[in-house]
Amino acid sequence: MTMPVSPLRAENVSAWFGNRKVLDRVSLDMPAKTVTALIGPSGCGKSTFLRILNRMHESVPSAKLAGEVRLFGNDIYDAGQRVTETRKRIGMVFQKPNPFPAMSIIDNVTAGLKLTGTKVSRSEKAELVERCLRRGGLWDEVKDRLHTSGSSLSGGQQQRLCIARSLAVEPDVLLMDEPCSALDPTSTYRIEQTIAELAPDVTIVIVTHNMQQAARVSQQCAFFLAAQSSPGVIVESGPTDQVFDNPQDQRTSDYVNGRFG
Amino acid sequence: MVAVSDEDLFEDELDPSGPPLASERAFAESKTESKHEPEDQPRSLPRKTLDDRAALWGSALGAVAFVWVIYEHVLMWSGTLGFIVCVWGVFVALYFAVSLSAHPMPIVIDRMAAVVAASGALLIGFALATTIISTFVKGWPAVHHLNFYLHDMGGVSPGTDPLNRGGVRHAMIGSAIEAGIATLISLPLGLGTAIYLSEIGGRSTTLIRTVVEAMTALPDILAGLFVYVLMVILLGLEKSGFAVAIALSVTMVPIIARSAEVALRVVPSGLREASLALGSSRWQTVWRVVLPTARSGLATALILGIARITGETAPLLIVSAANTFTNVNPLHEPMNSLPLYIYSGVRSGQPLFISRAYGAASLLLVLVLVLFIITRLLARKRGRRS
Amino acid sequence: MIDTLWPSEVDEPDEPELDRPRTINPGLDASDRVFRFTARSIGFFVLVLTGSIGLFLGYQAVPTVRHYGLSFFTQTQWLPERDKVGIAAITLGTVEVAVIALAVGFPLALLCALYISEYAPAWLKSTLVSMVDLMAAVPSIIYGLWGFFLLQPRALYLSRWLASYFGWIPIFKVDTDPRAAFWAQTQFTSSAFIAGLCVAMMVIPLACAVMLGVFSQAPLGEREASYALGSTRWGMIRTVVLPFGRGGIIGGTMLGLGRALGETIAVLLIISPAFDIKIAILSNGTQTVSGLIAGSFGEATSTQLTALLAAGFMLFLMTIGINTVAAVFVSRSRSGTGTDI
Repeated sequence: MTMPVSPLRAENVSAWFGNRKVLDRVSLDMPAKTVTALIGPSGCGKSTFLRILNRMHESVPSAKLAGEVRLFGNDIYDAGQRVTETRKRIGMVFQKPNPFPAMSIIDNVTAGLKLTGTKVSRSEKAELVERCLRRGGLWDEVKDRLHTSGSSLSGGQQQRLCIARSLAVEPDVLLMDEPCSALDPTSTYRIEQTIAELAPDVTIVIVTHNMQQAARVSQQCAFFLAAQSSPGVIVESGPTDQVFDNPQDQRTSDYVNGRFG
Repeated sequence: MVAVSDEDLFEDELDPSGPPLASERAFAESKTESKHEPEDQPRSLPRKTLDDRAALWGSALGAVAFVWVIYEHVLMWSGTLGFIVCVWGVFVALYFAVSLSAHPMPIVIDRMAAVVAASGALLIGFALATTIISTFVKGWPAVHHLNFYLHDMGGVSPGTDPLNRGGVRHAMIGSAIEAGIATLISLPLGLGTAIYLSEIGGRSTTLIRTVVEAMTALPDILAGLFVYVLMVILLGLEKSGFAVAIALSVTMVPIIARSAEVALRVVPSGLREASLALGSSRWQTVWRVVLPTARSGLATALILGIARITGETAPLLIVSAANTFTNVNPLHEPMNSLPLYIYSGVRSGQPLFISRAYGAASLLLVLVLVLFIITRLLARKRGRRS
Repeated sequence: MIDTLWPSEVDEPDEPELDRPRTINPGLDASDRVFRFTARSIGFFVLVLTGSIGLFLGYQAVPTVRHYGLSFFTQTQWLPERDKVGIAAITLGTVEVAVIALAVGFPLALLCALYISEYAPAWLKSTLVSMVDLMAAVPSIIYGLWGFFLLQPRALYLSRWLASYFGWIPIFKVDTDPRAAFWAQTQFTSSAFIAGLCVAMMVIPLACAVMLGVFSQAPLGEREASYALGSTRWGMIRTVVLPFGRGGIIGGTMLGLGRALGETIAVLLIISPAFDIKIAILSNGTQTVSGLIAGSFGEATSTQLTALLAAGFMLFLMTIGINTVAAVFVSRSRSGTGTDI
């Protein structure tokens, strides 16, 4: 029996900054239309791994990597693959909300289209903006002030704007790097709702150091760990219920039960 | 399409009997399954692909070839300048066309932007290089004679006498004395103002700072004219080295005051507080803590100020005169100085005099370069220390 | 009986005591008092000195206007022997040279700053930044030499090219036939255009340094957001760096403009004085305020000297105004807090 190709699959990914190895042969399959959470204590390479998935890792001059990342079977690091194309198909939302302050809310949402040269007619544009803002959970709050600056929103609203902005280019996968860690609990709840609503349409990979959040939003889970001055590895991965309720590894059990981290 | 089995999905789950690290397990596995050996060398991710390089160099060579053929004969223009401009234009057009045939518009525009930015930087670099190199090359005929440094122009006719006679000793001495006096005046005043603004403060700091800022905008020719009217006309003094030093100070004090204030402001306030908390007075804090910490920044400010005024010509035109003899008395009679010597040389139109002027210009440029390198070394030392 | 420590009701005052701050006497010792006094004196001395220079220059406007009347501002000629002086032509000339210097210098400075900040490889970057600072430190007389001996002979051809193909635009018109086989070189020398090109060399490092300072502060978060959307490098520059650096771009340019207005020596070496109102920048002859001062002060009578001072004061006001506006632009922009101009 052949299963459909996963949208995103990492095979034996290792990463270095200069001579310091930070990830050691990490492999992970991120199934379609599910939320995969990457959990683990801080400093064990979760964010580095995430940034490898959309080729942001290589923007650091001393960064190196090994292994493959396959988007629907094709290695995104192949010589013929264009970086800009990959990043369009694998979007990212960052820890600190970063809407473009010089642009209005509408322009922020369509920024990705403009930057990738995707042409959209004016009527399509309005419809696209509304659709993305709805999916991002922001439409009702800003529909009357679409032309105000993106930075006039609260932190949680800005983050939802960033989510809407990422959705506008219609990515296959959305990566989220601790999207709620800079936000208050109410905004966090709102965004977790948004993630749940998005999940059936977009494959999501979320890094979080909040275990309860991982338990709330994700269906698949991978536990990262880096021993003292060792590169990070995945200790255990699988369905979230299993990792939390019935972990196979002692260290996983220790972490999810709060004995360290 | 790659077939994925259930087995592969849970590859990372560990043997429940014991917790070897996933990496160790993978390594152990690799030893037995030689066909599934994980590679652990970094892969190369070239920033520029073959396509990038080929498009760039292909367009460049193509442009040169194309313009070579049509330049003289078809367009009937002449001169290297025009040739280079044409090559550049054709190169940009070719590169654009080649890129457009293989890539979407955003990538093409990105390439064009890179080319345009690099061209701008290259043009400026070229202009700077020609400035510096031409000064040294044209100054060489005069500069390699020893008499250039040991004699002045007394009794030597600059336009007709050969270059192994005469020299700029008087101009060098004049520049040194004038800059020296100006520094002696400006450093205490400028530094004192900076200390007042930064360390003591008060209700008038904004006023003083505004006025000092405004004075940095004073065109140097006006400083010269002011001193001329005040000292020569109104007070009846004569044009002298001292008058020049005053005119230079008018320019130098605001510059030093502003740069020194910036250097002092950068000193972390925590250091001052620590010093005060130990019981020292304000004065001791400034003298023993703030000034030493800001030492390299202040030195840079001073050196850049000296470099600036040694090269200033405009006020010299008004309050000084291009003498041919050495004058070491700043209070009596004008002194020649390097910039003034250069100016009179160029204005004369006589080739030998112009050569001498270029020689003086080379000296001036060497001085500026040396001072500049000193400030870089100071900055690097500061960076290393912090 | 143990004495209680509570105040008896008899002692309680009728109104609560007010909470007034007390004056604190720091009790400075002698060295500090001397220090404060000295520093304050120096500060005020510099204030008085520099302020009075400005006032002195401004005060000269009074006898000037009294003597020449308002025609001082409209008269184009400067003929000291006939006592006919006016600043109309030289003001225009000053502005022309400065505008040309900006028109050439601003795009080049912007491109150079963008290249160094965004495109240059890391090992080259600090060298290039030093080169920009070096360019700013080179004295203007050396640029004047370069402009007169190296630039002018070659720029003549550029002027001629412009006059041939764009001569129908009034500013590029020249009173001679540029396409003739033996074209009149002298018509193109010593023009505002060539002087402007030379002054551009002094404007560029100034503007470039300010822009560099501003571009380096463009926030990393926004840069990454742009790349994560699939943008190219130019797309990121357009969306993040340029809007962020807007204040520095404008401020740096205005700073350069102030410098260009006051430049004396390069102008003196290149132009040949001509006192007429013309916008034909390619053609021979022009004059600026600073060039005039340097050239005419020798033969000026005392009234004409005050006229020169008044003209110079106007120039000073222009440069102060521009510098102030530049500083406001930089400090009010998002990049303002970290940049000093």
